[in-house]
Amino acid sequence: MTQPVLSVEGLTVQFPTRRGILTAVDDVSFAINPGEVLGVVGESGAGKSMTGSAIIGLIEPPGRIAAGEIKLHGERIDNVSSDRMRKIRGRKIGMIFQDPLTSLNPLYTIAEQLIETIRRHLPLSHADARKRAIALLDDVGIPDAARRIDDYPHQFSGGMRQRVVIALALCADPDLVIADEPTTALDVSVQAQIIDVMKRLCADRGAAIMLITHDMGVIAETADRVAVMYAGRVAEIGPVEKVIRSAAHPYTQGLMGSIPTLSTDEDRLTQIPGAMPRLSAIPAGCAFNPRCPKVFDRCYHDRPDPLPHEDRRVACWLYDKAEAEA
Amino acid sequence: MASPAPTHSEPTSLLARVLDSDVFYSYRKSPVTVVASIVLAGLILAAVLAPLIAPYNPFDPSSLNLMDGYTAPLSDSMMGNYFVLGTDHQGRDVLSTILYGSRVSLFVGISATLFAMVLGVTLGLFAGYRGKTTDAIIMRIADIQLTFPAILIALLIFGFARGIIPPAQQESAAVWVLIFAIGLSNWAQFARTVRGATMVERQKEYVAAARIMGVHPVMILVKHILPNVTGPVLVIATIGLALAIIEEATLSFLGVGVPPTQPSLGTLIRIGQQFLFSGEWWILFFPAVTLVLLALSVNLLGDWLRDALNPRLRQ
Amino acid sequence: MLAFILRRLGQSVLVMLVVALIAFIMFRYVGDPIASMVGQEASSADREALRQQLGLNDPFYEQFFRFITNALQGQFGISYRLQQPVTELILSRLPATIELAFTSALLALVFGVGFGVFAALRPKTISTAAIMTGSLIGVSLPTFLIGIALIYVFAVELQWLPSFGRGQTVQIGWWRTGLLTESGLRSLILPAITLSLFQMTLIMRLVRAEMLEVLRTDYIKFAKARGLSSRAINFGHALKNTLVPVITITGLQLGSVIAFAIITETVFQWPGVGSLFINSVAVVDVPVMAAYLMFIAFVFVVINLTVDILYYVVDPRLRVSGPARGH
Repeated sequence: MTQPVLSVEGLTVQFPTRRGILTAVDDVSFAINPGEVLGVVGESGAGKSMTGSAIIGLIEPPGRIAAGEIKLHGERIDNVSSDRMRKIRGRKIGMIFQDPLTSLNPLYTIAEQLIETIRRHLPLSHADARKRAIALLDDVGIPDAARRIDDYPHQFSGGMRQRVVIALALCADPDLVIADEPTTALDVSVQAQIIDVMKRLCADRGAAIMLITHDMGVIAETADRVAVMYAGRVAEIGPVEKVIRSAAHPYTQGLMGSIPTLSTDEDRLTQIPGAMPRLSAIPAGCAFNPRCPKVFDRCYHDRPDPLPHEDRRVACWLYDKAEAEA
Repeated sequence: MASPAPTHSEPTSLLARVLDSDVFYSYRKSPVTVVASIVLAGLILAAVLAPLIAPYNPFDPSSLNLMDGYTAPLSDSMMGNYFVLGTDHQGRDVLSTILYGSRVSLFVGISATLFAMVLGVTLGLFAGYRGKTTDAIIMRIADIQLTFPAILIALLIFGFARGIIPPAQQESAAVWVLIFAIGLSNWAQFARTVRGATMVERQKEYVAAARIMGVHPVMILVKHILPNVTGPVLVIATIGLALAIIEEATLSFLGVGVPPTQPSLGTLIRIGQQFLFSGEWWILFFPAVTLVLLALSVNLLGDWLRDALNPRLRQ
Repeated sequence: MLAFILRRLGQSVLVMLVVALIAFIMFRYVGDPIASMVGQEASSADREALRQQLGLNDPFYEQFFRFITNALQGQFGISYRLQQPVTELILSRLPATIELAFTSALLALVFGVGFGVFAALRPKTISTAAIMTGSLIGVSLPTFLIGIALIYVFAVELQWLPSFGRGQTVQIGWWRTGLLTESGLRSLILPAITLSLFQMTLIMRLVRAEMLEVLRTDYIKFAKARGLSSRAINFGHALKNTLVPVITITGLQLGSVIAFAIITETVFQWPGVGSLFINSVAVVDVPVMAAYLMFIAFVFVVINLTVDILYYVVDPRLRVSGPARGH
């Protein structure tokens, strides 16, 4: 069995506030294999972005990793020095943020930002770094890259800027790219292109992708496996076609019911009643219990851990063997 | 990811709501602010009650005795009178002059700030609501004025007034001229903030609805838009008060402020400065400390208020 | 670029015209120019003759036009108080004020930006707490008190530095400088510190606030995610972006140094334009007041213009147009 690029075990991220400690990410575990695309899906506030920030070591204080381990190629990176972490960021793990309009420093040209990053991680001369930068821009589909490299960010459209951001994230050939809602801020018409560019470039370089999004459609088209998050925990994780076709967790089922499809004859989309609880008001037992159509007694008392179910894991007492036998 | 918001239980009574509010919480958590507010309250109280608590009336010539002059603090004068903070060259009790001086300083400062606030808020509302030419003219004036230091504008207005008012009435009008000059030099900040908020608010549907229903514009401004700007206006007013107090002291120190018969803290410092080299430090020192305490406590409150009312800085 | 500068230039001229109008109204209607020029014993016929001769009976716009023409030629009349041409008075005192203001501005800028950056980068340290507390005290301390305190400590108690005046000066052309003699430089220290302190605190607080803002932006987060060094992020990215908005306000702050010099010059009996002005306000010497107003306005307009052009040079978003080339 190959060693995963990234493995996360029992990751817990907490924020102290004046009214107590909030747990934004609660005992989350998953792994990403080389070249694999893992989709992480969930509502805003479910803890998916926070998980991404924790992996790359950029949680804003006063937030902190309270428990768990993050391993890159089997080596822990959640407790290394900030200097060591800076050499991992960009070099081993690239990151793409949501809004390309604000991700680039407006006062520097694309060339300056690319060359600075390349030379930070790779022993290249300025001229070689520039060549590499132009080749990258070419790769991400910026027309006339050799000339446009000296433009400033504001001279590019949103879609083009996100291509530049992808080039920046990939410029030192990282093994893993964390893409946090990479298409959310873009026009629908360019979203597919950006996902294609990202997927193609990562595939060419053998980089794995952790794709964070709330858009189940993007996951369906892009990801190999998917992790569904709810209220800071992983509700269900498994191969993407299985999860979509036969969702196991009642929350995932509800989520799937809310995606419009052309094949079904249903007139209306189903909707999950209620809203995700605030972090400060997570109910005892399973966090989904107030909204769950299949809720039963145990859900109000015990919090389910992800349990193996077929070839995935599901955090729901419905799939507890003991429960089934009882 | 949205930052996690803490829950609130919803208490019912007003007092309970105040005590539970984020603003009060941040007040309690800031000992500096608590101390500043106590100091300020003390100073204001002392100034208001000056005629009752001052040991002497420093402006009653009959009670003054030059032989009491230059008495050091905590000692008896040659005439056998006791002075806690000493006396000045005319034999006036320094503590009493400070009490009366704070009264003048606070009166001018608060009046000028209120004047600036009323003027600025009114013009800001007007500019924001009417837009177009009205807005352009008012805001251009504000821009130009904000370019120049308030003290300079106050000086000019003061000079202007000096030239217009007949000499006989200058003394009695001085305080009002001062209030007018300081107020007029500080309105632009209010106008700018209120105008911005008004423009935002004006776009909202409920304002459009009220307009369609024929509600008078003044009513719309007062009932719907004004409540939205109270927070920022309060912050500007607090910081503006500190500025106004300093401005008054500066003008009086420069000798163009209140008349010597009605000295403010700035005037007292101006007088005390003459004895800097001759060793009577208390004539200068105590008024100066009072002025700094006054300005600092108001500034600390303003600083805290700005942070407490800024939702983004709140944790 | 040229259009931009021309537009700014046009606005500057407009501002100067407005200020000139105010100065003129002051000049013309505050006090009685005739009464200030002739003695009590002059007959009303004499007064009327002088009035006619000075053109005070001409229509308003004609007088205003004459005022502006004279101002452009640097003529602002005769000081009531000193009986000397105002322009001559101001010019003779200008070097003192400019040397003081520039030294203070430099101090304020260097320490203001330095402390501000430090406070933003190390928000949780004792030094930052000390800087922030100091800055709040700095804002609450009236300039004149700072001056008096410095005089008391360094001139009265320690007797290290002079407490008033400019010390020895050297005449170079029409410029009389105090920067070339030891006593001149020693005399400059206390007033310069006094004048700079207030602006320093303002610049510091502004730089800190802006920098904290910038450090929260996405592009800084993205720069961190790319593994750039702290040095590159803090000084290459954050500081540069911080300075763009800071330039404007700082520029204006430096302008107000010249105006604030009024107070410092009074405390230290510094023979500059500011003390000339304050003495004129006290006795309503209108020609000097009007000329000073025009002078300050001119300084501000020039600074404003410089700041605008600087802004233009620093921020590429103003220089090159937006996403014009397709996409």
